[in-house]
Amino acid sequence: MLSTRRLWLSQCAGIAALADIAAAQQHAHEAAQSSNPPPFLALDPADAAEIDAIASLIIPSTDGPGAHEAGVVYFIDRALSTFDAHLREPYRLGMADVQRKRHEMFPASASVSALPGAQQIQLIHAIEATDFFELLRTHTMYGFLGNPNYGGNRDHIGWKLIGFDDRMAYQPPFGYYDAQEQK
Amino acid sequence: MSVTFRPSDAVDFLVIGAGAAGGVMAKELSTAGFRVVVLEQGPYLNERDYKHDEIGYIYQPGLTNDPKIQPITYRKNESEKARPIKAIQYGRQVGGGSVHFTANYWRFHESDFEERSLFGEVAGTGLADWPIKYADLEPYYTKAEYDLGISGLGGANPFEAPRSKPYPLPPMPVKSSGVLFDRGAKKLGLHPYPAPVAILSQPYQGRAACVNCGFCEYFGCEMRAKSSTLVSVIPQAEKTGRCEIRPNSYVHTIQTDAHGRVTGAVYFDANRREVFQRAKAVVLCTNGAETARLLLLSKSKRFPHGLANSSGLVGKYLMWDNGGSAMGLFEHPLNEYKGIQVTRVIHDYYRADPKRGFYGGAGIDARFDYYPASFALQGMPSDAPKWGAEYKKMLATYFTHTMTLLAHTSSLPQPGNSISLDPDLKDAWGLPALRVTFDYHPDDVATMQWSLTKQIEILDAAGAKKTWTSGIALTDNMPSNHLMGTCRMGNDPQQSVVDRNNRAHDIPNLLIADGSSFVTAARQQPTATIQALAYRAADYAIQAAKRGEL
Repeated sequence: MLSTRRLWLSQCAGIAALADIAAAQQHAHEAAQSSNPPPFLALDPADAAEIDAIASLIIPSTDGPGAHEAGVVYFIDRALSTFDAHLREPYRLGMADVQRKRHEMFPASASVSALPGAQQIQLIHAIEATDFFELLRTHTMYGFLGNPNYGGNRDHIGWKLIGFDDRMAYQPPFGYYDAQEQK
Repeated sequence: MSVTFRPSDAVDFLVIGAGAAGGVMAKELSTAGFRVVVLEQGPYLNERDYKHDEIGYIYQPGLTNDPKIQPITYRKNESEKARPIKAIQYGRQVGGGSVHFTANYWRFHESDFEERSLFGEVAGTGLADWPIKYADLEPYYTKAEYDLGISGLGGANPFEAPRSKPYPLPPMPVKSSGVLFDRGAKKLGLHPYPAPVAILSQPYQGRAACVNCGFCEYFGCEMRAKSSTLVSVIPQAEKTGRCEIRPNSYVHTIQTDAHGRVTGAVYFDANRREVFQRAKAVVLCTNGAETARLLLLSKSKRFPHGLANSSGLVGKYLMWDNGGSAMGLFEHPLNEYKGIQVTRVIHDYYRADPKRGFYGGAGIDARFDYYPASFALQGMPSDAPKWGAEYKKMLATYFTHTMTLLAHTSSLPQPGNSISLDPDLKDAWGLPALRVTFDYHPDDVATMQWSLTKQIEILDAAGAKKTWTSGIALTDNMPSNHLMGTCRMGNDPQQSVVDRNNRAHDIPNLLIADGSSFVTAARQQPTATIQALAYRAADYAIQAAKRGEL
């Protein structure tokens, strides 16, 4: 693939140290072992609920499990408490901007999560060109479709949706057309 | 078998960089009987460290240079102020880029070595013939293919240069993308052939065959089936008992004596202590960007413009792997996430043809090098929604029904495209950051646009339901992974940095053998040629050292 995404990611992606990756996975592993919902380390609970609401607009749960069921917000919290710790401030500022926009568009509303669905979608259209939305979208995709060891993609919900299966070995034929050729 | 040399002990060869070229050098020099230290800035990992993990290796630069500690700045031309952008990317570990590369392994064509004579002058460029011909390099391509373990089908590409031996291993199994590409290309009268790759289709030299897990590009191979230097030649070097691979060693200066000869290199160890490793000769293999930076960092009273730079050309003529990508959606599932990335290639459009009205050519491969999250972020059509119910619905089909073509296109050597030292920004060790100055030549842009139309023709002929393309803006080609040309090879010391044997014109006991010595960039992934050049330069260095001429 050509690498457009990296141009942007390179300016915000975290330190690559393998130690960070290990720490994030360890944290997620411990959280998964606990019977109570894991506490948020980087996000305050009110922000977490709002981020969960926005992630659920990116990958909705309308026709099957989406970002909410996959635990995307937990992945984002892991990222912000480990390898993306330097993005906490951009998140704080970004969420404040979202809330300002919401208040401007819907003065009577209290939160993104409490908005009626149609208004939520209007709000996302209003912010979809911002850098912060692109960051949220990127985090949402990695939380929905990334390795579950980081706390997202619970029960492989994301992988099941797109038809990806993470195995260590495959035998050809792999798809319809190479199977045709084998006949 | 592992050996440790004292820094004060002058070893025969100090190799800087343990990647595609450095690994070859380590093996060739140590098996010839020389004592070798290899300094590698990155860690020493192995297959047990690697994972199927996009978050670790695509979102984060787990196996590549990290701009947080080694910032890179970029500007289009000299009149701009460079700003921090990860414009280039390289493998940063023992094995270097050969660990995480896609493993495409194409030889140059005969014409690639003499394009200036064949095509003529191109305004604003330093297009030149190489001082060597394909025939000079052919034995070393063959040696690389057999030493490392390359799978392919010799003679299947009617445009390929003559080869003295077939590939040591048969091609990898074809994927659906390869079958569709085959059908489309043949309908158009083109000549698709099985992709040559540095991946084992059968067991080879004690390593097992590939199991088609699909995590090649961006990832380290957990099965040791990708023929990186890490699993092939580096273990052979260590087995001699004469080669020490020293990871986490970040070189900042190559030292010289009063006679203008190199005496070794100073590096920061893992604890940021400075260490001076002495050596009788130094071989620079740190890649097409960092090699130039290190030479520029190594300036002294005797060499005020940097080492090996009497021509003023160190860092100049930077070339990278331009290209453009087209994608197609098909009726039935392809499941392209299974198996290696590339299984079919065409070289029909490879050679430059003046009738096109511009210089350039393309090698086109059929591939799928997306993974679940990267596909969701970058693989969907540009007119598709980026979020919401419709986006989710499309993802559910597109991931398994999409394939990609990628054209590797030419990159003209322009004097203004360069690697230099950033005057302001420093890395985490306090060294000047690497600054990239790069812009396309108008012919580079014309070639990329032309290549996109050729790719769409093939996808349409293959029966795609929908096609779309990536952009060809500079940002679409960033970061560049294929770094070539910053210490070009030539016979004239005024017009080049190294001679035809990769020896620095200015310094008898300094060799530079990596992508930096490329005179032209062909239109492909450069690893096969980087490694063939390294084998050839090693051969020369061994003979010269034995005669006492280094």
